[in-house]
This record gives sequence, structure tokens and C-alpha cells, in this order.
Amino acid sequence: MKKRKTIAEAASLVKDGMTIMVGGFLGVGAPDRILAKLIENGVKDLTLIANDTSFVGQDYGDLIVNKMVKKAIVSHIGTNKETGNQMHSKELEVVLTPQGTLAEQIRAGGAGLGAIVTPTGLGTVVEDGKQILEIDGKRFIVEKPLRADIALIRANKADKNGNLIYDKAARNFNPIMATAADIVIVEADEIVEIGELDPNFVMTPHIFVDYIAGDDK
Amino acid sequence: MDKNQIKEIIAKRVAKEFKDGELVNLGIGLPTLVANYISHDIDVTLQSENGFVGMGTKPRAGEEDPNITNAGALPATIKKSGAFFDSALSFAIIRGGHLDYTVLGALQVDEKGNLANWMIPGKLVPGMGGAMDLVTGAKKVIIAMTHTSRGNVKILDECTLPLTAKGQVDMIITEMGVMEITDKGIVLREINPEFTVEQVQELTFAKLIIPEDIKNMEV
Repeated sequence: MKKRKTIAEAASLVKDGMTIMVGGFLGVGAPDRILAKLIENGVKDLTLIANDTSFVGQDYGDLIVNKMVKKAIVSHIGTNKETGNQMHSKELEVVLTPQGTLAEQIRAGGAGLGAIVTPTGLGTVVEDGKQILEIDGKRFIVEKPLRADIALIRANKADKNGNLIYDKAARNFNPIMATAADIVIVEADEIVEIGELDPNFVMTPHIFVDYIAGDDK
Repeated sequence: MDKNQIKEIIAKRVAKEFKDGELVNLGIGLPTLVANYISHDIDVTLQSENGFVGMGTKPRAGEEDPNITNAGALPATIKKSGAFFDSALSFAIIRGGHLDYTVLGALQVDEKGNLANWMIPGKLVPGMGGAMDLVTGAKKVIIAMTHTSRGNVKILDECTLPLTAKGQVDMIITEMGVMEITDKGIVLREINPEFTVEQVQELTFAKLIIPEDIKNMEV
């Protein structure tokens, strides 16, 4: 059985200076309730790994607005003007990464790979300062794996053992991030009994999940 | 031509490129409109890089599902034949050569097929999102854009803005015509009959190659 946490207990596991992965795509599929509590707690100097920095006034977008993040590794910041502002004033370091590269870096982090090699970004600023490999006559950029202290995951359903099912396009980065952090915390819309999820349709196996936060069905 | 007519001309022409059974990713903005003009006689599957194939029409007001959005966070729908997946698989589709077409806008595009569409240093830095992977991985890259932007010429001999990808663009479709990027340069395959070749060349800062069999663009 997985350790159950309240939303507040889950959020309190995130401490100053940690690297956190947060699931979601422009806010869709983000663990909203844990993030709201985290913002209330006001931790600082976080490194945020996420697809984007969402929008001002919601979920992980407000981690930026409240200046809780010192470094963001993301593919897109255009929907949150505060990210651009803090980047220009040098309060925030932003590592812009192609979305597919980001996904594979996280996957590699969870899969024990030493690096990935990708053609994406060749001939652009993305390759600056990075190792280039030539394999069978083709050039590739070497990109390092990414891991985090904590991954904050949003699932639609979790059973009490931590098996997860995601809802529609709210899946996005969640299942990959669930493999790539020391502590994986899931905010589930619904927590169901063991046996209620068909093992055929489980999207993240329970072995990746440390804590489940949310309400019983 | 007003702005909406221009967009319609471009989107309609892009839609004619697709064939039955193809998989297509449409970028946000003007490229999204292309979906409205794909012939009902063919079955084209649309991919949304946030994690599904089989994107359908815009939902009716009141029927939006917060967990079904397009890559621009706007409400979307999925067809009954569609499928959801995670971001790693989404980009395996994109980067792995499974996507027949990607259609994107551009800030600049040049005669070598270089594309710049992700930042203007010191001014606008939205980030590349999925664009670099899309342009690198799709079998064919179509740039769908207005020929100029606020009087600025966007088709050049060499891009000056930071690149999204090098040498990946295959085709440019604007309200003035259809251009193909070749080893020899940009070939004007089709021209909108409302314009002359000279007018198109004047607003293109790369030497256009004019084939003998240049066609009229259907508008």
C-alpha cells in the first residue's frame, strides 16, 4: 500500500532549492491542488522542469509569478509574460529546450540512459556548447538526461497501490516524469480500491509512485 | 484583399497538398485554419503534439472538455478513431519520420530552406516549443504565412534571426503564390493571378526561379 498524504502534506515535501518536475501542457494535466498549496507555503530557489511556464494566475505559472523559481528548463515561455520579464531582469535562468528533446531527456533520466542523441536543434543555438556525434555519417546533438528530487504528477485515477490512469490530453509529460524523480507524488482526481483498475489499462505502474494525494471516491 | 481573405487563400491552398491516409501536424495560428479546408473525400489524420492523433473540429460552445486542447491550449475535440499518448510518444511520431507534413508559420525563411520562427533577440522569446522537432522530423515542411508582415519581407536569401532548423523547409505558401525550395533556389511553382511575377519578386529578397510551366494558384 502506498503512503497516503493530504494535499498539504504532499506540498510540504517540496523544500527550498529542490529540482522539481511538474506535469502538464500549458496547465492541462498539472497537479493544481498541490501547486496551490506549494505557492501558499512559498518555498524558493526551485529548479522547475516542465513543458512550459503555463499562464499567469494558474498552477505552475504562479510558481514563476511568485518568484519561487531560480531556473526553469522548459520548451516554451510565451504564454507567461512574467517568465520573460524575470528572464530579462536576470532573476530567472531559462533553459529553452526543444519539446521532444525535453521529453527524451526526462525519459532517459528515468530509464538509466547516459545521454540521448538527437538531430533536433542542429544548426541552431541549441547545439551551442554541446557535444556533436557523427553516427553512420549523420550528425546528432548529445543531450544529457534530466532527473528531479520530486516529480509532481496529476492522474485521473490512482488505486491505493499507486497504479495510475491519466485523462485524455492531460497525460502529456506526467507518465515520463513519474519515472525520473527520487520522490514521485501523485495528485489524483479519484483514489480507488485495488482491483478497480484493470491492469491492462494502467498507464503508470505503481512501482514508480511514492505518495498519493487526493480524495477517496 | 483583407486579412481574412488572405488567410483563407493560404489555408485553402495548403489543404490541397494532402493525400488520403496522411498524418499532418498543423501549427498554431494561420496553419490551424487549414483543417477547415481539407477535402471530405480524403481521410487525413491530424496530430496534436500535446498528445493525440485524430483531432476533430472545434467543440461547440458549452461542450469543451478541459482535458482536450490543441497545442495552443485552445479547446479541441478528438474523433472516435483517435488516440491519446504521452509527450515522449508524441515526439517519437514527430521526430521518427512518421509525420507526413508539418505546417508552420515563419518570421523568416530563406532560399536554403532555413527557417526562423522562434525568437527575436531582445524583443520576443516565446521559445521553440515543438517547432524544432517538427521541422526536423516531418517528411515535408510547409511554411504557411502572409508573404510580408507589416511591410517587412520574410522570404530572404539568408535568414538573419536565430534559426529553428537548417535546410528543412520544402515549400512556402503565401497569398502571392506557391514556392518550392530546391538545390538551385526558390522556384515559383504557382502564382496568384492577382499578382505579376515582378510584384512577387519585389517582395521576395531571394532570386525567384520562374519555370516555363508556372501555374495559376487556385484561389
